[in-house]
Amino acid sequence: MGKINWYKYASPASFYGLAGKLIPGFATLSVVLFIIGLYISFFVAPTDAQQGEAYRIIFIHVPAAWMSMFIYVVMAAYSGIGLAFNTRLSAMMASSLAPTGALFAAIALFTGSFWGKPMWGAWWVWDARLTSQLILFFLYVGYISLQAAIDDPRRSDRASALIALVGVVNVPIIYFSVKWWNTLHQGASISFTKAPTMAYTMVAGMLIMAAACWMYTIAVALYRVRIIILERERHSVWVSELMEKIK
Amino acid sequence: MNTLTWVLKRDMLLAMRRKSDVLTTLFFFVIMTSLFPLGVGPEPQLLKAMGPGVVWVAALLASMLSLGRLFAADHADGTLEQMLLAPESLALIVLGKTLVHWIASGLPLVLIAPFLGLQFGMNGDALWVLVASLLLGTPVLSLVGAIGASLTLGLRGGGILVSLLVLPLYIPVLIFGAGAVDASTSGLGAQGHLSILGALLVLALLATPMASAAALRISLE
Amino acid sequence: MKWGSFSAFLHMGGYAFYVWSSFGLSFALFAIELLLLSKRRRTLLKRLGQIQRLNASRESK
Repeated sequence: MGKINWYKYASPASFYGLAGKLIPGFATLSVVLFIIGLYISFFVAPTDAQQGEAYRIIFIHVPAAWMSMFIYVVMAAYSGIGLAFNTRLSAMMASSLAPTGALFAAIALFTGSFWGKPMWGAWWVWDARLTSQLILFFLYVGYISLQAAIDDPRRSDRASALIALVGVVNVPIIYFSVKWWNTLHQGASISFTKAPTMAYTMVAGMLIMAAACWMYTIAVALYRVRIIILERERHSVWVSELMEKIK
Repeated sequence: MNTLTWVLKRDMLLAMRRKSDVLTTLFFFVIMTSLFPLGVGPEPQLLKAMGPGVVWVAALLASMLSLGRLFAADHADGTLEQMLLAPESLALIVLGKTLVHWIASGLPLVLIAPFLGLQFGMNGDALWVLVASLLLGTPVLSLVGAIGASLTLGLRGGGILVSLLVLPLYIPVLIFGAGAVDASTSGLGAQGHLSILGALLVLALLATPMASAAALRISLE
Repeated sequence: MKWGSFSAFLHMGGYAFYVWSSFGLSFALFAIELLLLSKRRRTLLKRLGQIQRLNASRESK
């Protein structure tokens, strides 16, 4: 672990400072990666033979879908750590990730819809992936509403951590059952798998866009966790000292 | 095991004293399913196709709405806090309470379902499969719902909140429950669906009481 | 240059509405999230400042 004292940063007070130093770096990385990613999406990636230019939606749709799933898992991991070791900071990180995760789930849903309309002729198709994405969005909504409904921060942290863990255990079961349901009800089972043959530049574009979204998520989560820390610790000495300095 | 029988006896006794609760859930289920033909029209083919799904969705909602009663009474009079302090395993106590809750709110739905199935033009085999799927599925709903009920204990707007937490988790049961009846009517055989429902039940029996117990501790700390 | 002209780029082979709505809405949502967050931070800092001044005036009395 080197010379850095990691335990020091597990306290909200010192993490507040650390996060403040990290945000500009991640934000810059995100902007740079978005520019490169968008350039590849629109100027480098070739036109698809079957789908024409409409397939370019893939460059935002797929990274958003990836991020929404990935954030849920990270959120559950933070929740698990928070429950097991009773660390306040990990609970705060979990709750600061949730809104951004829900945002990505929403983006994946409506971009899927905007892609589906020209390809399938319908705004919504009960395809296995879109349906699972919708349910994931519901899980985020449940997590956020539970957290908002409990006033006591300790209970709120622990209760939402538990529901995140229950959710993450259920995600594979839900995905499996939705897939099963989809294969049984033929007719609705048009899927993205028929979609364009992946050119190398397309994969690269998607990966870079995903990396950009990832950096965006880290920057926003750190920004939000700083706000949460200030709100929670507003009565503590270090916050009033900090306010002295700002004035 | 002693704990379990003790809780079962006590809660059954309490449930017997409140028979009206059973009827409320039951009539919600009946009214809910009767609304669908009024909404979509009496076309027999359409109703036959929708039947299993409608009965199952209604069962989901009925079992979700009855969740509020699972811990509320014991929470109000302080018994629940005593149970938390008791040396007996809280998970076992929760399991016992959930089972009784299922007997009072889930089992009646299973028993009345064939009659509702008849209203939707189901026959012979399909009705049996409907009963079997509900018999395997509704306990899962109670067990998973118990987690939501304990997390929202004593919260303002807990009833509507519990639906947001629990309904997404009910989806697999809905898919395999309604799917079992569909598979049987289309001649595929419901064996596979029913086996998966059984597996879900075993999984829920093993895992959810502990999660609910943890949730209760969080809510009452 | 991949696109013959700027208007061809905007046209997106006839899928302009779908492509630009997808990307536009996504980045608009990012922007809204950032805006809401910075607003939340500013109101919080303002409130914390008020509490600070209140406490200071109480101590000086």
